[in-house]
Amino acid sequence: MEAKYRGRNVILEIVMVLIALVFLAPFYFLFVNSVKSFGEILSDAASWPSQFNWDNYSKAWELARFSEAFRNSIVITVISVVLITLFSAMAAYRMVRSDSKFNRVLLMLFVMSMVVPFQTIMIPVLQVVNGLDINNSIWGLLLTNLGLSLPMAIFLFHGFVKSVPLEIEEAATVDGCNPVRVFFSIVLPLLRPMMMTIIVLNTLAIWNDYLLPSLILQKPSLRTIPLATYSFFGQYTKQWDMALPALAIGILPIVAFYLLLQRYIVEGIAAGSVKG
Amino acid sequence: MRHRKLSQYGQQIFFVGPAILFFTVVMIIPFIMGMYYSFTDWNGVSGEVAWVGFDNFTKIFTNDPDFWNSFWFTVRFTVLGVILINVVGFFLAYFLTKPLKSRNVLRTIFFMPNVIGGLLLGFIWQFIFVKGFATLGDLTGWSFFQLPWLGTETTGFWAIVMVFVWQYSGYLMVIYIASLTNVSKEVLEAAEIDGATHFQKLRSIIVPLVMPAVTVGLFLAISWSFKMFDLNLSLTQGGPFKSTESVAMNIYNEAFLNNRYGLGTAKALLFFVIVAIISLIQVKVTKSKEVEA
Repeated sequence: MEAKYRGRNVILEIVMVLIALVFLAPFYFLFVNSVKSFGEILSDAASWPSQFNWDNYSKAWELARFSEAFRNSIVITVISVVLITLFSAMAAYRMVRSDSKFNRVLLMLFVMSMVVPFQTIMIPVLQVVNGLDINNSIWGLLLTNLGLSLPMAIFLFHGFVKSVPLEIEEAATVDGCNPVRVFFSIVLPLLRPMMMTIIVLNTLAIWNDYLLPSLILQKPSLRTIPLATYSFFGQYTKQWDMALPALAIGILPIVAFYLLLQRYIVEGIAAGSVKG
Repeated sequence: MRHRKLSQYGQQIFFVGPAILFFTVVMIIPFIMGMYYSFTDWNGVSGEVAWVGFDNFTKIFTNDPDFWNSFWFTVRFTVLGVILINVVGFFLAYFLTKPLKSRNVLRTIFFMPNVIGGLLLGFIWQFIFVKGFATLGDLTGWSFFQLPWLGTETTGFWAIVMVFVWQYSGYLMVIYIASLTNVSKEVLEAAEIDGATHFQKLRSIIVPLVMPAVTVGLFLAISWSFKMFDLNLSLTQGGPFKSTESVAMNIYNEAFLNNRYGLGTAKALLFFVIVAIISLIQVKVTKSKEVEA
């Protein structure tokens, strides 16, 4: 019985490893071909490169203006995620602690807005951004990122704040802490597990977003990584020895981010979906 | 340290104010504007906006085959995509909760495609379908690899389904793993003692107990596949012959390529109504199937 069970697991293990290799195959194709010469890609796209042309990468880096794109992506993602996390935690805290009719209606509005597809507000939101004269600027994208992401973050925090015990806050208030201090020095640290979820989900979504930035940031110097890759790919279609290294550069930071923080990312996603 | 107490009103403004401000400017106002524009002939450029009543909606329902083609594509894609990523995600999770030596590495691998955006994935797969498969076809002689994947309507559809499954199964795997590890060991052991087979345990105990995760999994899968845009854009550009154009893409093209913003917003509003109805029905139906352990 024991032996049979173990034997079955070995077979299962082999099958799963094979499936995993199929899952990884696209990455193999991407990386081996990104260092091949154009001729070699055309003649054989599956083999190991006969020589490594690393200057494919430096050329793609220059031509696609990746230094700017990296800077833009990092600035936009970091500022958006920090503000989303902060404002959503603040709002959710107050909405749980002060259970007024207004706040209940507000929560309902936030939840309902989560069903609205981006396309539904896509066209008028550009009008708003134009009206505020912040199109073609990072401010325009920060504003829209916040408006679009806050409802979901507030919803997740709202469920979590309920589980934070009131006693500690009451004790602090008796000791003369004002509500702002209570929130920042006592409540906020307790929200850390859900904070990780919100940081992870929003970092991935904002870093990878294409549609919204493409509508707001038209100036080439403001392009994020997906925008730079898209325009580069358009210019160098079928010129794979340029396009593939550009794609590899484009995915590298987010894959590295994932591999470094995968425990938090996976836990964060599991926690976020149970609430949702 | 200041001891002056902040008024209730002041607290409300301080804590909830920023969220309300951004939400109003980015969601509420555009939503109301969208409702207005959908009854106009606005072209997005000129200042002239004329009220046309229900003309846009009449046009969509009577004289817009492209929209209904994209709608039909989206529905077919959603049905297939939602089933496949949930089934694949569930079975990956089911097997990776067994005591396998490599399971942590395997989980990491299966989730990985998900962290990369749809746009870049589409480009990577474009290369694989065009060049990679051709090479594999030459090497193996399998006709599967020799198909013109992005060249015909049928294979183009399946190409997108394939990439979608590759991209999203890992995410649902994570959700199902979280749910499967909560299934009580005692119940399973009791069933084993009673002589239940693997399949019986799966069908009668595990699946009913992970129904809450199925609710979430279906909800996420529906919203991903219904709103799909990036992957179509980079993999097929909606082609060949608009056969893989999603609703999201049709709305985009109507507004930004044809400059018919009024018609575009009307479609977008209709799209919202459809998504809302489907999501509500799905949550209601699967919620009713959830059981307590």
